[in-house]
Amino acid sequence: MTNTLKNLTLKVWRQDGPNTSGSFETHTIEEITDEASFLEMIDILNERLIEDGEEAIVFDHDCREGICGTCSLMINGQAHGPERGTATCQLHMRKFSSGDTIVIEPWRASAFPIIRDLMVDRSSFDRIVEAGGYITAATGGAPDANLIPVPKPVSDAAMDAAQCIGCGACVAACPNGAANLFTAAKITHLNLLPQGQAERYSRAEDMVETMDSYFGSCTNHGECEAACPKEISIDVIALMNADYRKAKVQNRKQLSRT
Amino acid sequence: MSSILDSKTPEGPLADKWQNFKANEKLVNPANKRKFKVIVVGTGLAGASAAATLAELGYQVDAFTFHDSPRRAHSIAAQGGINAAKNYRGDGDSVHRLFYDTIKGGDFRSRESNVHRLAEVSVNIIDQMVAQGVPFAREYGGMLDNRSFGGAQVSRTFYARGQTGQQLLLGAYQQLARQIGQGGVRLFNRSELVDVVVIEGRAAGIVVRDLMTGELSSHSAHAVVLATGGYGNAFFLSTNAMACNVTAAWRAHKRGAFFANPCYTQIHPTCIPQSDDFQSKLTLMSESLRNDGRVWVPKVAGDNREPHLIPEDERDYYLERLYPSFGNLAPRDISSRAAKRAVDAGQGVGPKQNGVYLDFGEAIGRLGRDTVAERYGNLFDMYERITGENPYDVPMRIYPASHYTMGGLWVDYELMTTIPGLYAAGEANFSDHGANRLGASALMQGLSDGYFVLPYTISNYLSEWLNKSVPDTSHPEFAKVENEARDRYNRFASVGGTRSPDWFHRELGKIIWDYCGMERTEAGLEKALGEIPALYEEFKKDLRVTGGTDGLNQTLEKAGRVEDFFELGMLMCRDALDRKESCGGHFRAEYQTEEGEALRDDDNFAHVAAWENTGDPMAPNRHVEDLVYEEVHFQTRSYK
Ligand SMILES: Cc1cc2nc3c(=O)[nH]c(=O)nc-3n(C[C@H](O)[C@H](O)[C@H](O)COP(=O)(O)OP(=O)(O)OC[C@H]3O[C@@H](n4cnc5c(N)ncnc54)[C@H](O)[C@@H]3O)c2cc1C
Ligand code: SF4
Ligand code: FES
Repeated sequence: MTNTLKNLTLKVWRQDGPNTSGSFETHTIEEITDEASFLEMIDILNERLIEDGEEAIVFDHDCREGICGTCSLMINGQAHGPERGTATCQLHMRKFSSGDTIVIEPWRASAFPIIRDLMVDRSSFDRIVEAGGYITAATGGAPDANLIPVPKPVSDAAMDAAQCIGCGACVAACPNGAANLFTAAKITHLNLLPQGQAERYSRAEDMVETMDSYFGSCTNHGECEAACPKEISIDVIALMNADYRKAKVQNRKQLSRT
Repeated sequence: MSSILDSKTPEGPLADKWQNFKANEKLVNPANKRKFKVIVVGTGLAGASAAATLAELGYQVDAFTFHDSPRRAHSIAAQGGINAAKNYRGDGDSVHRLFYDTIKGGDFRSRESNVHRLAEVSVNIIDQMVAQGVPFAREYGGMLDNRSFGGAQVSRTFYARGQTGQQLLLGAYQQLARQIGQGGVRLFNRSELVDVVVIEGRAAGIVVRDLMTGELSSHSAHAVVLATGGYGNAFFLSTNAMACNVTAAWRAHKRGAFFANPCYTQIHPTCIPQSDDFQSKLTLMSESLRNDGRVWVPKVAGDNREPHLIPEDERDYYLERLYPSFGNLAPRDISSRAAKRAVDAGQGVGPKQNGVYLDFGEAIGRLGRDTVAERYGNLFDMYERITGENPYDVPMRIYPASHYTMGGLWVDYELMTTIPGLYAAGEANFSDHGANRLGASALMQGLSDGYFVLPYTISNYLSEWLNKSVPDTSHPEFAKVENEARDRYNRFASVGGTRSPDWFHRELGKIIWDYCGMERTEAGLEKALGEIPALYEEFKKDLRVTGGTDGLNQTLEKAGRVEDFFELGMLMCRDALDRKESCGGHFRAEYQTEEGEALRDDDNFAHVAAWENTGDPMAPNRHVEDLVYEEVHFQTRSYK
């Protein structure tokens, strides 16, 4: 079952800081078992670098279970690498072959400045959520949970969208660096649920406008959906757009009343 | 031994204690709340819920996390579910039953009053999370669905597919994000607490390192909350996220906070077995799988036929055989030890013979592939990605791994540590799970602490400080602690040895796993207490950290965390050595029944061991808090 891969060539992006220029550095992996995960391969390489007195390659990662959204590598030009529906940390070496050359880069998007090597700053995502990606329900005083029945299909659809891990692969894959899939996933999760209705339109407006202030605009390439490790459907963007349009009308009406 | 530990358990019958506390606590009026600054370190379930709620109440909150965003905390990885005594099923659940199950699950080593409060507020948590938009699983009628988890005979576990922790954390993160957006909370991301500052015996603030710049800075407050998670990564290989570490709790311990029951660690029975020596992390397969999966090994040691070629009567479904009333849902500690015994006896399966089967063949036959896929699809996919095997066709292979830590900072009923003004919440404290935690109860505890306990209890302390001045960061103690931290990081960077922090962590983890893991013996623990300090000496002499102390340096960060694991490792072994009984996750081979079950010693060990730091990690002081049971009676914990 276990095979050994031989002679992999890694071309890894190294960059000292946000304002310096970077370049590729080449490393050879003589041998690695295909049971290893992609990030374990980098761990091993980093151990070797430290032994050689060099600085380890900086990259973001944490849960290694495909759920925290921290890992974020562009592998051979594909966000999270070749396996569909799989975050970088869940990618295993059995997807590669002996002799392969693997190019490893950070997410590249103007809203995600490179911090160092393969690590980028994705805090613009947090700004979008802070603008309205919540339901206002202060602690205490919530009614009994079963007083708000939610039809199973609605709850399932909300959950499909809520699965977004906030990794940013959609942005990295988008030729325009747009964050529509991420933003729409959050809006859809909350706007589908009965609990989310009171703030439905203000949420759509505030989040979309915050998104627009950081990210590029969507021209329907669909690369985001293909790159998304949670396979979030691009349909959520249509729902966001519809809610945003309604919001513009409705919020204006309400404003004119005050 | 007399105790200097005051649990501050409120008066009255058990079921009234929390109400009595709330009726009598000192409050801070709304207009005064904004005069108080509270620091919350950690923005996982416990920290995010605490920070958001404290800010809603009007306190000024500064929240710190070493993650880039609160949404990345390790809580995100919880799969299976969260317990609550809702009794929506009408299957006989109640606050009392959840309380009792938790006490029994903890092998009668937890504080009754805390556990009862946890069971009481469990129902509010579900209400709160639903109001915030957590998409829990529903039945066709639109009502919430439930499943069962180990150690319980009722269905009280709420879940959101296999991503319950993710959905709960996103719920809490959203509440926090709302407060950040509105200015109620200032968030310091990618900022690691490197020390706690104690002035005149009370918590005055913290020192943090900006992971991006390497800069150290001081922050003062009226109270500090540590919600910094557990220390399961002491074993190196564990199901915890890579960055989980003990530093915050350990630094607090070194500044005077007692550390309770460090030897109570949970080894989770269903993880994917280690495939290689260089592996960095193990992956959990949710316990919920045991609802439908059946655990077995070949009856004959060394039988290495393919699983489907092993006939039914040559399989040992050992959990069903040994624990007929709980079967495959026997609690974690019991299931883990049973797996270890099977593997030690040579009945292990897989290429390294280091696992047991978790077989869905029967469930697929009974329920159909689609239902099984609906329940566990994403877990099956994850398993296949990691192992390359498809669990619909071939049984999963599983083996126990370090997963959760019941031990942690000692806290009283109000969640305050032994340092006044310093609180600990979530997995970072020791409070509710005794010697073993039941599945789906950590999420419950984290959210209980953060949403429903701390926001009440903290005013009891803060009210004393109204209109009194507390030291700010110009106090010389802050500069002193900052300098100590600076010296420490300079020291790591200048050892100039040959081994990376990870190398030391891996070696340390092996020692702790071998001698303070699933089974412990006096001789083994003595051995570990010789080996750990020796390895620690080597660490001090032979560590190599490349790169400097300025700017981002993940190797340097790791060095600090590993050093704290060394000292913690010594304390874990010391605690395990001194607890001359077996209970829950702490299994001392010398203390077992004829059937090989844990043998408690209630006469001598029905207490919490809370350790005081003396400056010498090999010679800490042991204090005890006696556990007084008013409501429950000691029983042999039986799941037969
Ligand atoms: C794989 C897995 C599955 C699980 N499944 C379940 C389940 O189904 N049900 C259940 O009930 N429990 C489960 N658990 C346990 C549960 O997830 C955790 O116990 C719980 O989420 C811990 O929450 P917390 O808020 O205490 O800590 P965490 O979520 O670990 O958060 C810790 C926070 O502290 C911060 N932090 C730590 N140290 C520092 C520092 N020095 N400086 C600054 N910030 C710091 C981190 O950045 C983070 O924000 C599971 C655990 C694992 C490992
Ligand atoms: S939508 Fe998909 S790709 Fe984009 S952040 Fe969410 S999980 Fe990542
Ligand atoms: S490391 Fe968490 S999703 Fe990859």
